[in-house]
Amino acid sequence: MSDVPRKFAPKPSPETQPFWDGCADGELRLQRCIPCNELYFPPHPACPRCLSDDVKWETLSGRGKLHTYLINHRAAPGFEPPYAIAVVELDEGPRMMSNIVGVEQTPEALVLDMDLEVTFEKRGEVMLPLFQPAGAQS
Amino acid sequence: MTSVRGKVAIVGAAETTRLGVIPDMSAVELHAESARNAIADAGLTNADIDGVACAGQSPVAMAHYLGITPKYLDGTTVGGCSFMLHVRHAAAAIVTGMCEAVLVTHGESGRSRVGVGGWGGAGGATLQAQFESPYGPTGAPSMFPIGVLRYMKKYGLTHEQLAKVAVVQREWAKDNPRAMYRDPITVDDVLNSKLIAYPMHLLECCLVTDGGGALVVVSSDRAKDFPQKPVYVLGTGESSETPMISQMEDFTQSKAFRVSSEKAFDEAQISRDDVDHLMIYDAFAHLPIYGLEALGFVGPGEGGPFIEEGNTKPGGKLPMNTNGGGLSYTHTGMYGMFALQESVRQVRGTAPAQVAGVKISVAQGVGGMFAAAGTVILTNEEV
Ligand SMILES: [Zn+2]
Repeated sequence: MSDVPRKFAPKPSPETQPFWDGCADGELRLQRCIPCNELYFPPHPACPRCLSDDVKWETLSGRGKLHTYLINHRAAPGFEPPYAIAVVELDEGPRMMSNIVGVEQTPEALVLDMDLEVTFEKRGEVMLPLFQPAGAQS
Repeated sequence: MTSVRGKVAIVGAAETTRLGVIPDMSAVELHAESARNAIADAGLTNADIDGVACAGQSPVAMAHYLGITPKYLDGTTVGGCSFMLHVRHAAAAIVTGMCEAVLVTHGESGRSRVGVGGWGGAGGATLQAQFESPYGPTGAPSMFPIGVLRYMKKYGLTHEQLAKVAVVQREWAKDNPRAMYRDPITVDDVLNSKLIAYPMHLLECCLVTDGGGALVVVSSDRAKDFPQKPVYVLGTGESSETPMISQMEDFTQSKAFRVSSEKAFDEAQISRDDVDHLMIYDAFAHLPIYGLEALGFVGPGEGGPFIEEGNTKPGGKLPMNTNGGGLSYTHTGMYGMFALQESVRQVRGTAPAQVAGVKISVAQGVGGMFAAAGTVILTNEEV
């Protein structure tokens, strides 16, 4: 976990604060709808499937698979190209954008559906979820 | 059920006089010049226009700039397909008597950035800013093609087939003097061009240009009273999926394309076989592939081979992106207006690379990164 202040830092909104609190505790937490059982991302107060606000925060496994990605050859501030911008499918279902760390940023090393696990990087005021190949040391 | 099928027509259509690199005109003037050209094309004056629709600029600002006192305003701004939605909404407004003549305008100083505001500046607290921006995107090329590798894995699309999309569109651009790039290219040229965001190379990404375009829409009842051959609006559709590309339901297809185009085909009461000419907004080389499939011209996974086999090239059975598209013709940022302009030209029979005997043309637009979609089906036959 390194402090990389030049990269873009997200600012939690009132609705997403519990998600970022989870990240600060080293956990991925999302909301599950109690009436319809939907687990959803991004976080907001009511279920996007049935609009019930009877939802509860749940801690996830932190495991997922590399669903799709591209390798950006232009640098965003603080990034060193080339680097992959990826979509990770969490084992529990929802998908989220992320970076894949601890692995070469090449098509050969980044294989679709490879197993990943969450890790966190300090970014401004928050801990940002990233993913690494499953079983790697964080 | 009331339908707008065939009940309105485009009687004025024009682009900016120049196209491509226009450092001496600001964005608002690119709108305005297109508007003046389109109003003149229709043989009208600004006093005849009572509805204004635009994206990028406020319709209030455009109406004032152009000396129009509007009874109808549409500021729908959902990205590059906004103009398809403007035509659709104008049809409903005209048919229900809200107004008589709607001016739809686009102008963007995408390349020269003259008279352009900065990016939204919403800070870090929107959902996109929290859950996508931290991962290093550098504009559309680093985000829009994110599903392509998934598509390749699912359907076996090859890098060569993807490159072929750009090659075929350059074949169309060859005959278009207003196209930014006209020299023929090969699959190797595409694959040897700079990697922008693997798997996308430079020649698989759209241009960045300056320009504009505008349309005048009126009731079909009076469409024959104008100097140009009327272009009737046969069917329209619109939809949206998600503002965050990472949240697409399925990275191998566009739900918004599908919903929007199904609605338009239903309204038009035509089948895919009736289509003589097709425009699919090509911000990147994968869009025509996704579009052909979403619009039902081919099955899932068949878009790449369909283009590779030459079906969409000059002389092919489904001529597509005949102006050269966003990849070779022009791409100001919200390119949908130029797709509509080319559909109008093809239906009028006045396109630089004219396809023989076009009666029905479909223009499919995308907004954002598969975020929104709009479809307009045009015909030169009175309904
Ligand atoms: Zn629910």
